[in-house]
Amino acid sequence: MELQYYLILSALLFTTGVIGVLVRRNAIIIFMCIELMLNAANLAFVAISRSLGEATGQVFVFFVMAVAAAEVAIGLAIIVSVFKHRETINVDEVNSLKG
Amino acid sequence: MLLSTVIFLPLLGVIAIALLRGLGASAIKSIALAIGVLTFVISLGLYTGFDATTGTFQNVTQQAWIPGLGISYHIGIDGISLWLVLLTTFLTPICILAAWNSVEKGLSGFMMSLLALETGMLGVFCALDLFLFFVFWESMLIPMYFLIGIWGGERRIYATVKFVLYTMAGSALMLVGILALYFQNNNSFDLTTLSGPFSHSDLLFLGFFIAFAIKVPLFPFHTWLPDAHVEAPTVGSVILAGVLLKMGTYGIIRFCLPLFPEAAAQFTPLIVTLAVIGIIYGALVAMVQPDLKKLVAYSSVSHLGFVVLGLFSRNPAGIQGSVLQMINHGLSTGALFLLVGMIYERRHSRMIVDFGGLSKRMPIFAVIFMIVTLSSIGLPGLNGFVGEYMILLGSFVEGAFSKIHVIFATVGVILAAVYMLWMFQRVMFGTLDKTNAELPDLNAREIVVMLPILLFIVWIGVYPKPFLSKMEKSVEIVVTQVKTQSAIGHLEKRVPPNTQFALHGKQHEQHEKIEKEAETSK
Amino acid sequence: MSLELIVVLLIAPLVGFLINGLFGKWLKGNEKLSGWIGSVAVLISLICSIIAFASLQGGGTPFDETLYEWITGESFAFNIGFRVDALTTVMLLVITGVGFLIHVYSIGYMHGDAGYTRYFAYLNLFVFAMLILVLGNNYLMMFVGWEGVGLCSYLLIGFWYDKKSATDAGKKAFIVNRIGDFGFLLGMFTLFAAFGTLDFVAIFDAAEADNFQKVFGTSTLVIATLLLFVGAIGKSAQIPLYVWLPDAMEGPTPVSALIHAATMVTAGVYMIARSAVLYNIAHTGEVVAWIGVLTAFFAATIALAQNDIKRILAYSTVSQLGYMFLGVGVGAYASGVFHLVTHAFFKGLMFLTAGSVMHAMANELDMRKMGGLKAKMPITHWTFLVGALAIAGFPFLSGFWSKDEILHSAWGSSPLIYIIGLITAFLTAFYMFRLIFVTFYGESRVEPDVASHLHESPPVMWVPLAILAIPSALIGLLLGWGGHDSWFHHFTKSVFPEAHHEASGNVVLFMVISSIVGLAGIAFAWMRYSKRVPSTEPTNALYKLIANKYYIDEIYNALIVQPIKNGSHYLLWRIVDNGVIDGIVNGVASVIQIIGGTLRRLQTGIVQAYIVSMVLGIVLFLAYYLFFG
Repeated sequence: MELQYYLILSALLFTTGVIGVLVRRNAIIIFMCIELMLNAANLAFVAISRSLGEATGQVFVFFVMAVAAAEVAIGLAIIVSVFKHRETINVDEVNSLKG
Repeated sequence: MLLSTVIFLPLLGVIAIALLRGLGASAIKSIALAIGVLTFVISLGLYTGFDATTGTFQNVTQQAWIPGLGISYHIGIDGISLWLVLLTTFLTPICILAAWNSVEKGLSGFMMSLLALETGMLGVFCALDLFLFFVFWESMLIPMYFLIGIWGGERRIYATVKFVLYTMAGSALMLVGILALYFQNNNSFDLTTLSGPFSHSDLLFLGFFIAFAIKVPLFPFHTWLPDAHVEAPTVGSVILAGVLLKMGTYGIIRFCLPLFPEAAAQFTPLIVTLAVIGIIYGALVAMVQPDLKKLVAYSSVSHLGFVVLGLFSRNPAGIQGSVLQMINHGLSTGALFLLVGMIYERRHSRMIVDFGGLSKRMPIFAVIFMIVTLSSIGLPGLNGFVGEYMILLGSFVEGAFSKIHVIFATVGVILAAVYMLWMFQRVMFGTLDKTNAELPDLNAREIVVMLPILLFIVWIGVYPKPFLSKMEKSVEIVVTQVKTQSAIGHLEKRVPPNTQFALHGKQHEQHEKIEKEAETSK
Repeated sequence: MSLELIVVLLIAPLVGFLINGLFGKWLKGNEKLSGWIGSVAVLISLICSIIAFASLQGGGTPFDETLYEWITGESFAFNIGFRVDALTTVMLLVITGVGFLIHVYSIGYMHGDAGYTRYFAYLNLFVFAMLILVLGNNYLMMFVGWEGVGLCSYLLIGFWYDKKSATDAGKKAFIVNRIGDFGFLLGMFTLFAAFGTLDFVAIFDAAEADNFQKVFGTSTLVIATLLLFVGAIGKSAQIPLYVWLPDAMEGPTPVSALIHAATMVTAGVYMIARSAVLYNIAHTGEVVAWIGVLTAFFAATIALAQNDIKRILAYSTVSQLGYMFLGVGVGAYASGVFHLVTHAFFKGLMFLTAGSVMHAMANELDMRKMGGLKAKMPITHWTFLVGALAIAGFPFLSGFWSKDEILHSAWGSSPLIYIIGLITAFLTAFYMFRLIFVTFYGESRVEPDVASHLHESPPVMWVPLAILAIPSALIGLLLGWGGHDSWFHHFTKSVFPEAHHEASGNVVLFMVISSIVGLAGIAFAWMRYSKRVPSTEPTNALYKLIANKYYIDEIYNALIVQPIKNGSHYLLWRIVDNGVIDGIVNGVASVIQIIGGTLRRLQTGIVQAYIVSMVLGIVLFLAYYLFFG
């Protein structure tokens, strides 16, 4: 079993996520891309944990998943309420934090 | 345990009000008052249980809090903080009662802020751990911010932001100082284990001192005070003048003087000059204020100048006078703000020109106002005199700084009479204006608010011994910590050995004691 | 003499004050009761004073005891303690004796006033404070009383508080007195720094010890005594702080009699007499004497051209106080205090008679509107005449003895002082009899509606006048017969040190000169005013200058009061406080605001822009670590 394949896959997933966050305007898709990045990290954790024969990495994965779940719950709720207010989820139009 | 109860009981009251605020205004007020009075009654136990024969900390509780960082919950009181604790617990229920009918919006929030403030203030006076001290110091800003910012006057936002930012600017410096001490003290924040000399003590001294000087406020850091007072609600002013300002002077006597005696000695000429400028400047500016609250605010600058002068006198009489004067100022200036608040509630004006001839219409008010005014002027027989007299005497006798300073400070005594009596004349004497012709005299609640303060004003003036004797030993410790070798040599120079007769009784004994200490330390 | 006696003596007026002060509301319906409570309180003190006085007769030892510790600590002890010796008992008798009569007189005088109970409360409080002043066995106690009487003076001058001139005068009195207190305080500090105590006996003993003078020299004492004298100048209205006393006449007339003639204003003289030991060692008496004699002369000249009865009496008081300072200044302490005693009686008497005139004349004070009052008010006239003869130094009346003793002693010190004093004596006789002739003799110029109910005062007022007239006439003869060998000198000998200058020359000769001068003044006034009305006074520049009191008030106002007021308002408050200090504070705030305003443009609100910068940042960090790390 080669560690680097997993890491390359993880890096590819992560990059996809980053690019997605950067270029897309739809909040839901940005959100999914963030999930992608998190899971890329999870993959790297699991792979390294496996190759080192240690369980710590896997424990972290559970933490990340729990956090991700919480994030989804809150994030989606925010997006829904933003949509209710503005009837759009295009992030460029939601810019009330502009200085 | 007793001390912790006193500190946190008001916080319990905050929670109680938060839970029970649905019960309506009178229930909230009653709960707040009950908690305030209960705290005061329990705090009396601190007085009765206080052992005046020693100056060390009593009622000490020490519990590890964040042991990894050397932070502990360490509290205790000595003869100095005892009085400030009592002053706080004494003034808070009075404030609650004074605010009985004057809060129109957000009563529960008001009372909660007031009680939370009490916990913060008590914590500052009791903390023996630098970190804990800082936490309380900062936490008391928050309720005060709300008190001014929500229940204040027209320019309340400007005033409250100015107040908070001024204080924060000082606290930032103090935080650096605290951290520096922490690293020089084997990574511990414990005040009782701190012992000098510290490296960079002059910088550390300045860091602490500026934080406290802003709070006092010492000239020229005083401009937040008039704004804060004018905009604050009556009760906010009372607490601000009565207790918050004392945190500055308390910090000086608890940290600046004992921890950095050499630096304190080095900066004494500068600080004392500023204090004396503050005394005269505050008095002169107070004299020409058209607004009653501003006048009282500037008079605080003047009075606190006396306290700072006494603290740096390095003389037991001077420092004891300063501590006593902290209480006196809390009582008399607090009372003045209460009285100003009472006529403000009736007339909705604080401008001196709007008044005149009130004596005729409000005789009870006139008598109380007169007594408080005289106390503020420093008339013998009332509290202000005892403190001022001891401060001036101590400063004059010790000669730690020039007598010129004391002479100018004494001018402040004249000026105090000028601005207070002129104000009193314009408000109370003369012909009664038509608009004021229907003002009612004080009601029973207002008299109850004022009476306890009057009691102490007279008591301290006539028989200050119970107050002085409890603080005596603690002040002595501060004095010995402050007195460096050079000071002892100075005393010897001043009084040649063959003039023993000139030193009567107790002074003679003390002189011998200091000499003995000097010999043993050699 | 016991501590209890002294406490009762002291507390009685305080109790009177508390009863009238706290329960005044309920006493209002029955004002006589309120007045008698006040009077009886002082009567109790008077009786106690007489007992104390009696127990000192025949070589009784002075009483000196502490009641309780007041302000004490390791290195200082200030106690509430009392000392009763010959000087104290003299003062006690004057205060309580004259005080009692004035209380009784006030019952009639203040009749119908809305503030009746308040008046008696204040008056009792005054007596209490004055008793503290003279009973204290240390300087701090003296200072407590000193401030206390100042407060009562403030309250009583401004008694009719809806009159602005009255409250102004009260405030002025208190503040000018405070300027003096500034000296008193510093004097006390100087003494404490040198002696470590403020107890009279301890200080005087230590100062007299040779050791002390060798170590400290006399310079400490010179400074201390001069500073104390500043206090005396303020309280006893001497140059340059005399300005408050004439204005103080705004208060009720019995108050002027008690506080601003008989007792409080003499506190400065008492203080110097009490500190006689120090003044003798420091040789600062000369300063005191010169200030005294100059004040005496200066005030007498002002009195020449006034038309307000009470103001004439006020300037006369300033002038007579100058005499007292002259006396204690040249080392004739007993003579100075003796003059204090005689003055208390005859000046108190004159003020009360002036009050009686006012009472009859519907509070008119301008003597140009009087004249011929003798017929309508015989008792008032005769009693006033006794007082005026006494102050003018008419042979064998009380003022004659005390003033003569002072002048005699002054001759031994400096002939120049003696001559100025003598001229002042002439002026005194002249202005007093100007007052008498214009007010009581000649044609009546009283306005008709006032004249219709012009009447002699009721018995409660004229009886005290009559009683006061007796000591005013005779006390000098009784106590002062024999000049420096008189009873008074013997009685007070234990208190005062030996004078530097032995009074020299023929006693009788001095008496004759004084009498001639006094009689000349009376005669001169008779020549000038027995026929003429003062509205036809000359209008030359000198007269105008004097009539306007040398414009001293205006000068003080222009040089001191206004600059301080305006400087505080415009320079300190507007420029320094609001401009400079707040300018810096707000300046810092606005600089930060400008910086923040610029930086906030970076905050575009576009989420992706934030992320780009984040990613760029990460890339840069990584690059740094990869290539340079």
